[in-house]
Amino acid sequence: MGRQPVLTMTTISKTFPGVRALDSVDFRLFPGEIHALMGENGAGKSTLIKVLTGVYTADSGVVALDGQQVSFTGPMQARAAGVSTVYQEVNLCPNLSVAENIFIGREPRILGAINWRELRRRARALLARLELDIDVTAALGTCSLAVQQMVAIARAIDIQARVLILDEPTSSLDSSEVAQLFRIMRQLQNEGIAILFVTHFLDQVYEVADRITVLRNGRLVGEYPTAELPQLALVEKMIGKELDALERLDEQPKRELAAVEASTPLLEAAELGRKGSVAPFSMTIHAGEVVGLAGLLGSGRTEVARLLFGADRPDHGRITMDGSPAAIRTPIAAIARDIAFCSENRRIEGLVGELSVRENIMLAMQAARGWTRPIPRRRQDELVRKYIDALSIRPADPEMPVRNLSGGNQQKVVLARWLITEPRLLILDEPTRGIDIGAKAEIQRLVVELSDGGMAVLFISAELEEVLRLSHKVAVMRDRRMVTQLANDDTLDADRVMATIASGASS
Amino acid sequence: MTTTDLGNLARIGRWRLPRRHVPVLATFALLLVMYGIGVSQYRAFSDIQVVFNAFIDNGFLLVVAVGMTFVILTGGIDLSVGSVVAMTAMVSASLLQNGLPAALVLLIALLIGPTLGFVMGCVIHYFEIQPFIVTLAGMFFARGMCNWISNSSIPITDPFWTGVAQERIGDPRGNFVSISVLIAFAVVAVAAYALAYTRLGRNVYAIGGNPQSALLMGLPVARTKIMVYTISGLCSAIGGILLSFYTLSGAPLIAVGMELDAIAAVVIGGTLLTGGSGYVLGTVLGVLVLGVIQTLITFDGTLNSWWTKIVIGGLLFAFILLQRLIGIRKK
Amino acid sequence: MSEVRTRLAAASGQRLFWPLVVLVVLIAANTAYRPSFVSIEVKDGHLYGSLVDIVRLSAPLILVALGMTLVIATGGIDLSVGSVCAIAGSMACLHISQAADQNSLSTLFTALGLALGLALVAGAWNGLLVSVIGIQPIIATLILMVAGRGLAQLITEGQIITINSDPYRVIGAGYWLTLPVAILIAIAVTLLIAVLTRRTALGLIIEAVGGNAEASRLAGIRARRITFLVYVIAGICAAVAGFMITADVSSAAGSTAGLWIELDAILAVVIGGTSLAGGRFSLSGTLIGALIIQTLTTTVYAMNISPQTSLLFKAVVVIVVCLIQAPAFRARFARRRPPATPTVAAAPQKEQVPA
Repeated sequence: MGRQPVLTMTTISKTFPGVRALDSVDFRLFPGEIHALMGENGAGKSTLIKVLTGVYTADSGVVALDGQQVSFTGPMQARAAGVSTVYQEVNLCPNLSVAENIFIGREPRILGAINWRELRRRARALLARLELDIDVTAALGTCSLAVQQMVAIARAIDIQARVLILDEPTSSLDSSEVAQLFRIMRQLQNEGIAILFVTHFLDQVYEVADRITVLRNGRLVGEYPTAELPQLALVEKMIGKELDALERLDEQPKRELAAVEASTPLLEAAELGRKGSVAPFSMTIHAGEVVGLAGLLGSGRTEVARLLFGADRPDHGRITMDGSPAAIRTPIAAIARDIAFCSENRRIEGLVGELSVRENIMLAMQAARGWTRPIPRRRQDELVRKYIDALSIRPADPEMPVRNLSGGNQQKVVLARWLITEPRLLILDEPTRGIDIGAKAEIQRLVVELSDGGMAVLFISAELEEVLRLSHKVAVMRDRRMVTQLANDDTLDADRVMATIASGASS
Repeated sequence: MTTTDLGNLARIGRWRLPRRHVPVLATFALLLVMYGIGVSQYRAFSDIQVVFNAFIDNGFLLVVAVGMTFVILTGGIDLSVGSVVAMTAMVSASLLQNGLPAALVLLIALLIGPTLGFVMGCVIHYFEIQPFIVTLAGMFFARGMCNWISNSSIPITDPFWTGVAQERIGDPRGNFVSISVLIAFAVVAVAAYALAYTRLGRNVYAIGGNPQSALLMGLPVARTKIMVYTISGLCSAIGGILLSFYTLSGAPLIAVGMELDAIAAVVIGGTLLTGGSGYVLGTVLGVLVLGVIQTLITFDGTLNSWWTKIVIGGLLFAFILLQRLIGIRKK
Repeated sequence: MSEVRTRLAAASGQRLFWPLVVLVVLIAANTAYRPSFVSIEVKDGHLYGSLVDIVRLSAPLILVALGMTLVIATGGIDLSVGSVCAIAGSMACLHISQAADQNSLSTLFTALGLALGLALVAGAWNGLLVSVIGIQPIIATLILMVAGRGLAQLITEGQIITINSDPYRVIGAGYWLTLPVAILIAIAVTLLIAVLTRRTALGLIIEAVGGNAEASRLAGIRARRITFLVYVIAGICAAVAGFMITADVSSAAGSTAGLWIELDAILAVVIGGTSLAGGRFSLSGTLIGALIIQTLTTTVYAMNISPQTSLLFKAVVVIVVCLIQAPAFRARFARRRPPATPTVAAAPQKEQVPA
């Protein structure tokens, strides 16, 4: 590519309280290319995009458009300069028509009155350019998500956009809709628009992207032509392989699978699945067994957990517990069968921020008993004290509102909530994400202890080392399906799991 | 969605299009049925003057409900309208009694409502206090002002007022409407135009559809939100003037509970209380439905006035259920 | 000096601080205007005094507001309580007025039972619409607010039902152990609700549902049942308030009994520091809120201003209290002081897995 880049970002740094979100990151975008920005959670993708569009101001570094240094004060200004963004969630108004969604705020007018005829004509013309044949007068809410996404793109490119940022546009689309979207992306690419594409689907990257920039932990890992970066190498670069010194100390012998698999399974899922969420999968979990779920962000890990807990209703397959069929369609049903679920999204799905640590810890047990049978305050204090000590929750004040705690301590509060219910199956979705290294080691140790004590654990984590250290077996997810399940014996290491994730083949 | 072809998807979309018109059409059908019942039961009901009277008796409600439509379309609510109507009538009556010229009184009366609306809009937007609470305070304030001005009804004897009140515009057969009805129609026309053909109107719909999106799309959310409460205040002020034409007085306890009638008319007219969907035309039909219910009950003679409320409650339930069933309450 | 300031700052951070300040200021203003305001004397074995009157008159509002507190804590609202007051009061009076012996206790209890039954149905109707059909609370209860008023008038047939029942009159205007019965009932119901919510886990569960509905669902809380229950409780509270209002004047008017009490109740709850968005609720705050509203009304009476003008003051108090408690308003003032870190915007880990 001999041309000048349309956009360059050099040595961008951005720090949030306690977190270095971006550390001297460089990024280039050429006209007429589709450029994938890849990275796991917390890698800094979102922050980079927000710095680019002016939502955040970088602490240091330079953003230049066509060689001119720019500093946008917000997405509107960025758009006016030709940098448009389309988000994962369609930020349009479902009650307005397709045409109006494209043009609202800059409708063609005659003497102050909106010229609807002209507006529709322009909308049709614009959609025709994207080779979309849809009724522009239909309410947007009646269109499929894919169409909505494309309307959002149409709105984004209507003003002379030169850079189009697509932030996870495909995460709620099915394969044919994705194909449609890609056709449009190529169309725009041919028109010379530079497209920055964020996705978690590896196949999609290799299908459309010309180049890939990988971020990890706020740092630039590198910029590569897609053709020169094999999938395995990409996964390695995204996940990273450096073991933390502290974690290395903890290294334990591999866990023995045969011993735990001898008994009847505690839970058996047969062809369990839900449309639009995760393809049917089968798996067994035994008492005392830790099953790891490995896969990239958005690969369907969380969806598996939610189906097993009844947080989402499965529309396919069955669950068997202790050898007899179990209808788990609601969390209440799951809890009645001694299943517990710590969501990855603590703030939204885990904690009631206003309530105290004690109240949050007691919530699940109290809910199971019903409100008419309160747990005596003395017993509450006892239990809470015990788990605050056992999990070293800090500050150790049971009456503090839980929203004032740090992420790691919040995670422990959610854990404590479920541990006091003495579950037989504990589902942990990213329990160690975003928490400090000390808390992380504690939680890992706890998982080992619990499983040694006979509890079954489904352990979800983006960190392969962690999964490998704790699990008896590892189920590998990719693109919303369970690719395979691997016994965690001596032959299994991070490289082999990565290879499985990258290839998608059941090796 | 298993359909693979986007064109197909779009065609399904096209077929579903009339959905947002369903509530208005349902209201229209209901109105026809009620009118039909009236005509079949009572001969006098077929007299065209019955329809005119429905407008004459509810002209001020129509204007107020139009203002309420703007607020509700953004997903807000304005409880102050009834009190503002009363306050406007009260201020007019009081100023006229003090001998101020009619034109000046009109001007002052028409300024008070929008000012209060503007202030309430600012508090709602900038201090993020729920519209329910802020307009409730506005309601108390305006009602308090009425009583502060006078504890009893003030008659209006101003020649301009009495002239307007007695003016009948009609055809040779004796059917007529009042000037108030024409003013109400003018308000309806301006409002319908504003909602359909101005950026302000479209922003109102956008905010009601999804306020976050509206902000991200760069629409002037603050200005629009403050504007709708100002508009509602203006409509209440106009409604107050029309009411003072109708009663030729200002009374501190008039129009109590009118906010409920206005909200009911808007909802029965097919506007979603959650905002984003609805038409001024629907509100006109909603007001007419209320008017025809009253007329039917008056004609019946054996039914009592409280049946009006029960029927309105029932209709509210039916229409809210209808909105849920056809699923336009898009999340 | 600085210690006083920090203590003051700590105190003003308490939820009940500002409502209490307002109440104290109101009482102080009254006392300054008329020193006899705070005096309480015993006449014929009954307690008399402005303060007693205020509490007695605020009893119905306290009841309605307590029920409203629970509803608001779940993130809902109940506009229909005023109409339910009227329905229950009218029903009780209707039954008593038709009885041969209006003073018989069995008549009284049948009347109360019938009326409570109606209120139960009304509450269940609201609960059904909100929790099962899933209609927005403000809309769902608007239906009964409008129709209920009509139903109450239907019961009274548009008349004012006057009764002559001493036992019924006691509910609103009687005395027992020197105290007005209305106050005793209000205290009893307050204690009952306090016990019901704080001695069981109901309060915690309500706050959890209102604070974070999704997290509550995933913790295994049956949110629908709870939502249903609070509307039923609100209905019953409204019914008892309806008895008081009608008993006080020994008559029931379907069109005016409990009119606009829902608005006062919502105000009392909000002034008491319970957020309209749901979550943590404060029964004592609501109590103070209701007393503030009644004190305000009484103050205006005492100062010889027309009672309706009290609405003006109410508007001012509402706005002041709400502004003081509004985070956006506080933030605006905080900004004038040294540039404290503005709300830390979303931390970097904003990326979410698609649901």
